[in-house]
Amino acid sequence: MIEVNREGEVWVFAEQHEGRLDDTPAELMSKARHLADTLNVKLAAVVLGEGLEDLAARLIQYGADKVYLAEHPLLRTYQTNSYAKAIYDLIHKHAPQIVLYGATVTGRDLAPRIASAAKAGLTADCTDLQIGDHTTPKDKKVHKNLLFQIRPAFGGNIIATIINHDRWPQMATVREGVMPMPEPDVTRRGELVEEKVTIAQPDLPLEILEEHRRPKKVDLKAARIIVAGGAGVGSKDNFKLIWDLANCLGGAPAATRAAVDLGFIDHDHQVGQTGTTVRPSLYIAVGISGAIQHQAGMSQSQKIVAINNDSEAPIFGVAHYKIVGDLNDVVPKMIKSIKEKSVKV
Amino acid sequence: MGYNCVVLIKQVPDTKRITGDVMNDDGTVKRSALPAIFNPEDLNALELALQIKDKFGGHITVLTMGLPAASAMLRDALYRGADEAILITDRRCAASDTLATSYILSCAVKKIDFDIALCGRQAIDGDTAQVGPQLAEKLGVTQITYIEELTELEGRTITARRNIGNGWQQVKATLPVLLTVTGDANEPRVAAAKKMMKHKSALSPIEVEQKIRTENPDAGEVEIKELAELKCSKLIEKGLLMKQWDLDAVEADLNWCGQSGSPTKVHRIQSVVLAAKETRQIEPSEEGISGMIHELINDKVIA
Repeated sequence: MIEVNREGEVWVFAEQHEGRLDDTPAELMSKARHLADTLNVKLAAVVLGEGLEDLAARLIQYGADKVYLAEHPLLRTYQTNSYAKAIYDLIHKHAPQIVLYGATVTGRDLAPRIASAAKAGLTADCTDLQIGDHTTPKDKKVHKNLLFQIRPAFGGNIIATIINHDRWPQMATVREGVMPMPEPDVTRRGELVEEKVTIAQPDLPLEILEEHRRPKKVDLKAARIIVAGGAGVGSKDNFKLIWDLANCLGGAPAATRAAVDLGFIDHDHQVGQTGTTVRPSLYIAVGISGAIQHQAGMSQSQKIVAINNDSEAPIFGVAHYKIVGDLNDVVPKMIKSIKEKSVKV
Repeated sequence: MGYNCVVLIKQVPDTKRITGDVMNDDGTVKRSALPAIFNPEDLNALELALQIKDKFGGHITVLTMGLPAASAMLRDALYRGADEAILITDRRCAASDTLATSYILSCAVKKIDFDIALCGRQAIDGDTAQVGPQLAEKLGVTQITYIEELTELEGRTITARRNIGNGWQQVKATLPVLLTVTGDANEPRVAAAKKMMKHKSALSPIEVEQKIRTENPDAGEVEIKELAELKCSKLIEKGLLMKQWDLDAVEADLNWCGQSGSPTKVHRIQSVVLAAKETRQIEPSEEGISGMIHELINDKVIA
């Protein structure tokens, strides 16, 4: 761990694979920018790999003041130990006060290994971050300007705010899709800091035999309109209704975990705690009861329409428009109405 | 030949099955009313260890840190085929965050001879997925997280397939390793009747003590201690006493345990209340739906 360092920077780990930047660093950047401004310190991105100077420029456009670029042939492909060692060394050299990671598989594999080695705190899967003061109950000491690490716990039934007032850096992984992606500002200028790291073969205990990364079949995070179906849709055949409604709205089809488990649609379309978190302009929930795990992934939508034949379904609690009825009757009526209106316009 | 496996398991409240019975009137959850279960992905970790044992032989130790009540989950693990169960229970473990938990577990695992340590990917109460990697770091072993298939085990080499979110990865490593196992890796077997018969009377020392206290409400402390010791020695003869360790037994440095060993602290807890927002009810008629669509177009929600 490092000592409390009020001058320390705010860092974002910039995950990349084969030179392609993951979405999470950009998503984290707008929130991290706000944290750094509140604390009046610099915001830095940390990039590890090889041949990545153009990524550094993009991170500055997304809001970084500084980019620490650690290039090494042995860092070309992500491995837990090599990345953990490189970041651990950088943390001890520069003593940042906050280090953030995307809660991707890589982030969740890497961050705890670093936290354990650094004997520092780490909060998983945050959905929000703020700066605030904390009073320790025992000695009533006030710790100013700490990172409030806000996350759902207990299957989404409670929201916990976690702090770390003494064993810094304050570290958190942040759930994908919960923070809006900033527009790059091409006029922004920042500082590129090249870092030398010492990595040797023993830091690479894994042999990666094969790897397949494929782009998701659907980009739910980018969709303005989402039409989601639940187990109530009844069958894969009937799920065509969801596709039809999504198509006529120019939206993306999505589903609850239950519908995915029933094989109605591919996992890439899953919204909720174990799927994608979305915040579209319009979310239409069809035959979805509204388990808290699903709500966690969609309740931030600007307008929510819910269709369910059970008037007591929890989904209506977050809906702006509540339609109690048979989806097989309501959805075709919606499609018809939308088609009529678009002709008139 | 064979591999020694240690499986780290956790008893958790069943957060996935929240019904009206456990809800308070204000829409929050009564946490204490939730049933305690075997963390689902820990069952996948145990199943993977059992498959390794079925194929190559070896010994499976299950280890948990928790309340005395977690003994029930350890028995469940014995019913499913684990060879040995160890309970780490100590009031001084209370308020441990993931870092302190992984430290305490590492002290215990260092006392066990293992080739492969297995954990569930994450527990459903906290969903952090942190203890596995932190434990691997403290043990100084290679971690392979998010395992969806154990492809090959040959000599001291393991090959496994990881789920990497948007795809998969096949990796190879040299033992010892720590694996975190996902729910897709296998279908956990159920308890075997024979093993259940064999282990149903297995108890942890703290359960023995609790039992003696209930059966002898008037007994003094000295008598209870004697009775408990007697009962424990009988259970040992039958191989039915589960191991129980406290922080002294695992030689943990208390500075790194419990509250003092935990850098993260809770600042505030808020219950999620389902409901709120202004909801308008729309009639499922053509007029009702057409009116709503019209409004959404006017509000520029639909282009």
